Amino acid sequence: MIGERTITQVGARALAVSREIGGITILFGQILRALLPPRLDGRELIKNLHKMGNRSVPIVALTAFFAGGLMVVQSAPFVQRFEATSLAGWAAGYAVLREIGPILIALMFSGRVGANNTAELGTMTVTEQLDGLRALAIDPIQYLIVPRVLAMMVMLVCLTVIGDLVALLGAAAVAKAVLGIEWGIMYASFTENLTPQDFLHGVYKSCAFGLSIAVTSCYFGVTVRGGAVGVGRAVNAAVVAAAVSVMLLDFFLTYLDV
Amino acid sequence: MVELRGVSVRFDATTVLAGVDLSVPRGARLGIIGPAAAGKSVLVKLVAGLVAPAAGRVLIDGVDVTGLSEERLAPVRARIGMLFQNYALYDFLTVEGNVGFPLVRRGEAAEVVAARVADRLRAVGLAGSEGKLPSQLSGGMKKRVGIARATIAAPELVLYDEPTAGLDPVTTSKMYDLLRADHDRSGATAIAVSSDVAALCGFVDRVVFVYQGRAHYQGPAAGLADADDPVVRQFVRGALDGPLVG
Repeated sequence: MIGERTITQVGARALAVSREIGGITILFGQILRALLPPRLDGRELIKNLHKMGNRSVPIVALTAFFAGGLMVVQSAPFVQRFEATSLAGWAAGYAVLREIGPILIALMFSGRVGANNTAELGTMTVTEQLDGLRALAIDPIQYLIVPRVLAMMVMLVCLTVIGDLVALLGAAAVAKAVLGIEWGIMYASFTENLTPQDFLHGVYKSCAFGLSIAVTSCYFGVTVRGGAVGVGRAVNAAVVAAAVSVMLLDFFLTYLDV
Repeated sequence: MVELRGVSVRFDATTVLAGVDLSVPRGARLGIIGPAAAGKSVLVKLVAGLVAPAAGRVLIDGVDVTGLSEERLAPVRARIGMLFQNYALYDFLTVEGNVGFPLVRRGEAAEVVAARVADRLRAVGLAGSEGKLPSQLSGGMKKRVGIARATIAAPELVLYDEPTAGLDPVTTSKMYDLLRADHDRSGATAIAVSSDVAALCGFVDRVVFVYQGRAHYQGPAAGLADADDPVVRQFVRGALDGPLVG
């Protein structure tokens, strides 16, 4: 009996997950369709670029600065033991540009912008604002979703680039403060050991992360059921789904690039 | 103009409407009444193409709009105005922005939009509230903004979902006076859902009583309290004893 119940629960959960994945895929298809040919609401796009990007810069910069510094602190014992000061910049930079920067900024972006996006769209759904748009012959995908998805993709890439630069600055500052490594040595370590490929690897990852955060946050927003409680549940589900998708994408993109 | 033929709506395992037939001629005013959760709002959303029927057909001006894509529904919806039960005002727009939104989206010139918005806001008694956000308005004001938005583009058909819910009796009377004057002038077809049967009957010509998923009764609005049907009679009179279930 217990076995039967467990199988039923597992089956129901699997069906629910399949339904969500199917829904996200359909929404992604609708977004692509709305982009061919592109019929964008320019004002909505600019508004979202500002809201999602500009206001995220301070928190991303702060996080990135300490993330870069942290890489140096972690590698400090080895740098000191092997007197490998010329490699301190490479170690921090390689980790930041390829992994820590894109992932950390994506998760922060998901928590700040993605969750906000889900809550906003969810509230619009439960207060019939999306139906209100449809009743006025306005396609919510084209008017609301596409500008948000594009803004989130573009802004996550921009934030990652800014975050990368700030993280390298943080690494150099901490290296100077903790290990006494001169700025010039760190700069040389960055430029001599890191390649444009290391930087681009993080950039295209952030593009994929931005897309996945945008589509999942929009999906959970427009499928909200059940008022304020439903909006809370949707935000929770969106953040979890975005985090899982970011980690999965990171694994596969890294695997394919190695 | 609006015709529903054997329309059924299901949400998951729940049947909300089961084989509803309805016909609303051009220029007519139809009231939809019925107990809570009878499917009244679903009925108007069906007409606007916001809910898809599980069975049956929805025709507007003889054109079958059942199952049309959002894109193909757009020209039909452009001729419809709708007031939502929860107002559906856009939080990110001011009163002026909300009311003028349908015209802005149609590419009307800014001065035309401004003049029409001012005219509509005057008509609903909200002149001077242009710059306010929906969060700064009372329920009655939101309803009036919703009505102004639903009618600004001079639609041929206006759907009102609970236009006076939550309003005091005086504001309710004012609201229906406004709707009557609007429709007398425009000649637009109106379908209104309301729980305030007495007030509604002063605005509409005919009434449909939705009950147990069906259009249980259809008849003139006048003399509804003395209708032959005992269920309708009990509902309209608000009597506790009678055949009405639920």
